[in-house]
Amino acid sequence: MAAHLTNGRVNLNILREAARKELREFLDKCAGSKAIVWDEYLTGPFGLIAQYSLLKEHEVEKMFTLKGGRLPPADVKNIIFFVRPRLELMDIIAENVFSDKSNSRDYHILFVPRRSMLCEQRLKEQGVLGSFTNIDEYILDLIPYDGDLLSMESEGAFRECYLENDQTTLYHTAKGLMTLQALYGTIPQIYGKGDCARHVANMMLRMKREFAGSQNQILPVFDTLLLLDRNVDLLTPLATQLTYEGLIDEIYGITNGYVKLPPEKFAQKKQGEGSKDLPTEPKKLQLNSAEELYAEIRDKNFNAVGAALSKKAKIISAAFEERHNAKTVGEIKQFVSQLPHMQAARSSLANHTSIAELIKDLTSKRSVQEHRNAFEADGFVFCPVASEAFFDNLTVEQEFMTGVDTDKVNTYIEDCISQKDPLIKVLRLMCMQSVCNNGLKQKVLDFYKREILQTYGYEHMLTLNNLEKTGLLKLQTNSRNNYPTIRKTLKLWMEDANEQTPNDISYVYSGYAPLSVRLTQVLARPGWRSIEEVLKMLPGPHFEERQQLPAGLHKKRQQGENRTTLVFFLGGVTYAEITALRFLSQMEDSGMEYIIATTKLINGSSWIKSLMDHPETQIP
Amino acid sequence: MSRAKADEDDYWNSSKFTLAFTFDEEDDDYTRLKESKKAVNSISALADEDDDDDDVEKVSWSGEPVGSISWSVKETASKLRPAGDSRELGFPKISASPSLPKNNSVYSLSSLFKGTAQYSTLDTPARHYAPELRKPKCEYKDYISNWSPQETILKMQQGKVVSLERFQSLQDKMLLLDKAVDGHDGNIITAILIYLKRSLCKEVLFRELVGRETALRHYIHYLKESGEQKVLLDLFSLSLSGSVHSLPFSPEDSLHVQDHYTLLERQIIIEENDKQVERTGQSDVFKRFPRKASILNMPLITTLYYSCFYHYSEPEGTYSSPANIRRTFKLAEKQYFLTALAARAKLKAWTDVDSLFTTRNWLGFTKKKSPVAFQRVLDILHKNNAPVQVLEVYVNLLEDLELKINMAHKFKCHDVIINVRRASYTLCSIILNSASVWL
Repeated sequence: MAAHLTNGRVNLNILREAARKELREFLDKCAGSKAIVWDEYLTGPFGLIAQYSLLKEHEVEKMFTLKGGRLPPADVKNIIFFVRPRLELMDIIAENVFSDKSNSRDYHILFVPRRSMLCEQRLKEQGVLGSFTNIDEYILDLIPYDGDLLSMESEGAFRECYLENDQTTLYHTAKGLMTLQALYGTIPQIYGKGDCARHVANMMLRMKREFAGSQNQILPVFDTLLLLDRNVDLLTPLATQLTYEGLIDEIYGITNGYVKLPPEKFAQKKQGEGSKDLPTEPKKLQLNSAEELYAEIRDKNFNAVGAALSKKAKIISAAFEERHNAKTVGEIKQFVSQLPHMQAARSSLANHTSIAELIKDLTSKRSVQEHRNAFEADGFVFCPVASEAFFDNLTVEQEFMTGVDTDKVNTYIEDCISQKDPLIKVLRLMCMQSVCNNGLKQKVLDFYKREILQTYGYEHMLTLNNLEKTGLLKLQTNSRNNYPTIRKTLKLWMEDANEQTPNDISYVYSGYAPLSVRLTQVLARPGWRSIEEVLKMLPGPHFEERQQLPAGLHKKRQQGENRTTLVFFLGGVTYAEITALRFLSQMEDSGMEYIIATTKLINGSSWIKSLMDHPETQIP
Repeated sequence: MSRAKADEDDYWNSSKFTLAFTFDEEDDDYTRLKESKKAVNSISALADEDDDDDDVEKVSWSGEPVGSISWSVKETASKLRPAGDSRELGFPKISASPSLPKNNSVYSLSSLFKGTAQYSTLDTPARHYAPELRKPKCEYKDYISNWSPQETILKMQQGKVVSLERFQSLQDKMLLLDKAVDGHDGNIITAILIYLKRSLCKEVLFRELVGRETALRHYIHYLKESGEQKVLLDLFSLSLSGSVHSLPFSPEDSLHVQDHYTLLERQIIIEENDKQVERTGQSDVFKRFPRKASILNMPLITTLYYSCFYHYSEPEGTYSSPANIRRTFKLAEKQYFLTALAARAKLKAWTDVDSLFTTRNWLGFTKKKSPVAFQRVLDILHKNNAPVQVLEVYVNLLEDLELKINMAHKFKCHDVIINVRRASYTLCSIILNSASVWL
């Protein structure tokens, strides 16, 4: 079910329904029984649109994973390949089709999210293009993830836009926004900051002109669209997210709303059963606002999660205790009717307590202290290296963000390199230092580069070059470092961030207020005119556009009614930024509610990884 | 998606999208085919195709049949990548055409498939090629209509069937490309580029692309994706108007490239030598610690570690000695020190470890010095299970008293603790005594 999509201010289920309808139409085009061969990557995003039951209703009898060699036997009339437009997948499809001896079958390809010239070309080269009855595309531009969150899940978006200068993703973004406007009405105001934002806005306006004649008669749901380039705020994704959801993503990675966790803590301890067979498969959990408890705690700073969980535990156990007070049959009946809900709450609580424990083991500052005390006491050496490293890492990040010693070689980074810590971690810190210093001094940059190349291999020169091209790493050219000005004007660092009962967005990073969200906040009030100076320091133009609404569609606003802004992050957004925007929506006096859209949900590591080059894999 | 709904039962129409961007000429009439067939037959390499249809390598088209763009197959293509490169598969359309008797070109197609499976074309029902044979009449209308470049791009964006053959002059073609770039849809840009690659000679295309950065990027990406390294190299060398060897590295990068080269050279020498030594069992250390992997392509620091591990005592003159590597690559003292320490500790060569720290002043006294904190040293030693006696030496060198006690506890150096405690106990009792005077 998709209940979590309807709870928000904007009913995103409409979008989902539109996507489902298109899927049904395609399936019906292939008459008769069907088997779907899946590009495994797509099962995630598709799961957000349709369950197996929908496919089954349309005569999908079997499902396979796409892999080389022969297709598994299936007594069906149609074989449908659901694939991303990737060349290597085309080769597999060709192999599948050739090894399939039955002549009576029809083959179809559904490209998600776009068909691609290159892929069709490849199929043609392989000589199988003609075997396909239908080649179609399933335009899955904006996938609804939650009641207030849309993502295109386009992995390479940042790389393509800012490194390869390929604007195809932006074209799709503009298309996706047109679809959104077709469903939710024309968005009257468009603001933007950055080159890509400018591009998308231009394309949207152009597409609107091309559609001229067919007026959109839907009452606008969104009042404002804000387009933000990721390279306007390179700093935020580099910082370690400290919200519950953000930390889950940083440590375990959330993909398509699911997280895979180490199974140990989730072993079911049933009475009478020995725990002889511990589960070895990772535990897979779905994370979205449909789960009441998760909706409540995901946006909290991790340091406030423990208290929230124990409070919840008390409520639940109190609810279970109620049964002793139930005297009359009526009371008992009522208690029983609530049982399923209570049980669900209890298992949800158990899961999140386990997750919180896992995270705490890896992050808690206290456990470092405890460990120091521990060997004082009994000489027993317990090595919580992970938490110590996490804490050290965080300390360095916060030093950079507050501008401490950003112009010198950082000894922590140096040590990380000499210990051969994961390269991504090193790059993340180094880029952060560079961003917070408006570029590194020649000597510092050379030192880092040398150390990295010597320790991790010279082939990473390509990666370092990529980081330089995108501006994540750069040489300080003019002597002025404007980061302190930006930090002070936008109040990016709040000394007394309240983690328990936050009063400012800076709680999501325990002190650092994400630049992107500050820009959003200032835009709503008092407006960007107040920060012209800072806007000029950030890359790309800032602009405002208006789209004419047909007469009669102008909203008559009720007193005290909130406005709705769609914030579109071009190049990716982190969970912590989403949380910060949710926090702004909930602030009583903000008068603005935010819906978030992005090309991809990212965190610092996945982001840096997308910019890395591995030369050996490029040689065919 | 309205276009996709057209006439579901009509096979031709439903499959027309497979043709969306084919660049054939519309008049593939019988006479043209005959002509073309003649042209193909005149190419000797194709002559005996009929017999061995699974021999991929044999296909090498060196001529470009006159009058049909879609037959132009790049000479180098089949030599380089027999299947992937032959972007011209005009054959099936023609060969499977019902109006023609079965001819050899059916086979020539199959021989272009990547030689992975032994499928024969005969297994592939001819009707599967059908959609490519000939377009239904209704589509000819589209071909004839006189679209401007702008309109053409728009139609392509809407997924319509479009003929690009109409754009013959260089000016038209470039206009088409510019319009595609304006549309920002990479898919369309690539489509146009494929057409241009086919219809323009390399030099002209390259020249035109130099001034069109976005298109150039897409072209490079396309060549990369389809693995056309040779064309890519041509492109690079042309744009640099120099030799391939002067690829555009920045000055500091070129130093690294040089180092990388030197390192690889070294690794090859070391690998060859050590493989020999390991096989013949001449050296003790290789027997005790057999090599887990080849040293080839490992990073510099790993190579240094390897050299400290297996070749520590060699004189500086040999390529494999740590001192030589350190000097050649101008490694910093700290890097060298940590690597050597880790390697020797791993081998439990504690005397080597000890001598790493020992410096002798001019009076002949020895002193322990380290470029990194002794705490780090202790961590490394501890990880390698150094005995207490070894650890004790370095714990004693820690200056911070509290840290010293912590570390001593951690590594169970009881003597150290007793000594420190005794010292502080004396101190304490003095304080206590003096305090009691006041009480």
